[in-house]
Amino acid sequence: MEGRALQTQAQGGGQAAAVSGSRRRVGRLEPAALAGVMSRDVSIFGRYWKSTTFSSIVQPTIYLLAFGLGLGTLIKTVNHLTYVQYVATGVVATAVLFSSAFPGMFNTFIRWQFQRTYDAMLAAPVDVEELITAEMLWISLRAGAYGLAPLLVGFAFGLSPEAGMLLVAPVGFVTGFGFAGFGVTVAAVAKTIDNFNYITSAVLTPLFLVAGTFFPISRFPAGVRAVVQVNPLYHCVQLVRDCSLGRLGTPDLVHAGVLLAFAVLMWRLAIWSLGKRLID
Amino acid sequence: MRRPTVSEMPDERDDIAGAGEPAAAAIEMRGVVKRFGAITAVDGLDLEVARGVCFGLLGPNGAGKSTTMRMLTAQALPDAGHIRVLGYELPRESKQSRLEMGVVPQLDNLDVELTCRQILTVFARLYRVPRAQREQAVTRALEIANLAPRADTIVKELSGGMRRRLLVARGLIHSPRLVLLDEPTVGLDPQIRQELWSLIDSLRAQGVTVLMSTHYIEEAERLADTVAVMSAGKIIAQGTPAQLVAAHAGEQVLEVYGPPERLAQVSELAGGNGWSSRRSGPAVAILRAETLDGQAPEGVRRPANLEDAFVALTGEEIE
Repeated sequence: MEGRALQTQAQGGGQAAAVSGSRRRVGRLEPAALAGVMSRDVSIFGRYWKSTTFSSIVQPTIYLLAFGLGLGTLIKTVNHLTYVQYVATGVVATAVLFSSAFPGMFNTFIRWQFQRTYDAMLAAPVDVEELITAEMLWISLRAGAYGLAPLLVGFAFGLSPEAGMLLVAPVGFVTGFGFAGFGVTVAAVAKTIDNFNYITSAVLTPLFLVAGTFFPISRFPAGVRAVVQVNPLYHCVQLVRDCSLGRLGTPDLVHAGVLLAFAVLMWRLAIWSLGKRLID
Repeated sequence: MRRPTVSEMPDERDDIAGAGEPAAAAIEMRGVVKRFGAITAVDGLDLEVARGVCFGLLGPNGAGKSTTMRMLTAQALPDAGHIRVLGYELPRESKQSRLEMGVVPQLDNLDVELTCRQILTVFARLYRVPRAQREQAVTRALEIANLAPRADTIVKELSGGMRRRLLVARGLIHSPRLVLLDEPTVGLDPQIRQELWSLIDSLRAQGVTVLMSTHYIEEAERLADTVAVMSAGKIIAQGTPAQLVAAHAGEQVLEVYGPPERLAQVSELAGGNGWSSRRSGPAVAILRAETLDGQAPEGVRRPANLEDAFVALTGEEIE
């Protein structure tokens, strides 16, 4: 090893700083590093949980009021479901999308560019992979939990509880993980925070409207239907609906598979794209 | 990838110093080059920091000091050259070296929404301070930073000096044996600067290796055992402050005061005789005044200092 050729005059040598704790070896994707990064998110969440929780309850309530009571008077059933069943389950995906893609974009950009939090963490024994994975994990855990809010609101509107609804949290988690990664990737390539407007209007809005959330996609022309198949949110909507209404079947394996593939793809893409920017 | 295991080892630095090289320097950089597009920020840097010393990296803004610091944490990767920190090879083993060192950045990157205690607790976790010792480590860091009464204040409400002290405390949370300080006192008022200086001095007294970059000559002169002068991405001179002064500015400096015409005249005289001189505010300073013969103009003699050496070396005036 070349370094060994550099023999030194090591004054003061190794007796340095015996105050330090015992040494340990660090590896890749360590739980301790993930927990450390997430503990920061938890502390921040401790300050903001009220407003976050408020909006996660109020938003689906408004959707259900507007669509359920408004459109619901015109539409009695969609694909044999009552309109409340249809919308309450569909809006889960919307809640997951909003509570994952937006934090992915904004939190990443702010912590990286404005607060330089990521710079501080990367000077500690935390790798880019751990940092981004931990941030995505935290966002998606939250998204999974808040994804249940529309169902709770739905109960008040006549949706009946179902054991399969417990699966909605993990579905929200996986979907949220993918969209968190999408958000991180957007933050990594955005020049300014204003660039997010392009993504919000041109990508996220169509994604959530054309996912079978408020109306079925079966009325679309075949070409559009084919495109919708690659919308992860469509698969999230279908899976959530099937879990919540106790009608899981083989097609749901496809939905779950697409969501998992989306999550893994976005995870690696987020690490790759932001990693390039974080390390000079 | 590698080493997923966690093995606790005895706390005997002498025997297990940096990857089993007890005599190795704390930091070794050889032929390190870092380019940003067309700009070469670090240009063939050789640097060796012995264990247990306070090492000052002195240079004007833009000399490549911050880039050098970022390469030591593998937040910037060199285009050429070799870096070892605490015996670990970078960037491959950088995470291990980061575990054992502390970093105080030039730019304040504290979490403004969190309290002092919360920030220190997060970093205690990141630095793998065992759960049972975490609270104690946080308390100790708060005391070092003199922030115990402000432990539960959010950062947004702290003064600039307090924030800087918290930044230092954050880098010391795990009692590292190597600390990187990037321009530790830039932009601080004199009193806070003094406080930080005594803190840095006490680190060295405890045997912690300190690498400090600065563009304040006084800071390097007061604190550093060894000073390396950095200019345009290279180390151009290195030694104790006294050695640098003796080698590059001599013993005495003659300062000649007068109106601009007189100063121009003196500069010309110095140039003609091959004396090393520089404009120093309202005067012309002639270095190595002790070697001047009878031709020396009238002026005030004073001992040469590190600033004289620095200007002679870099041709640049700094604070």
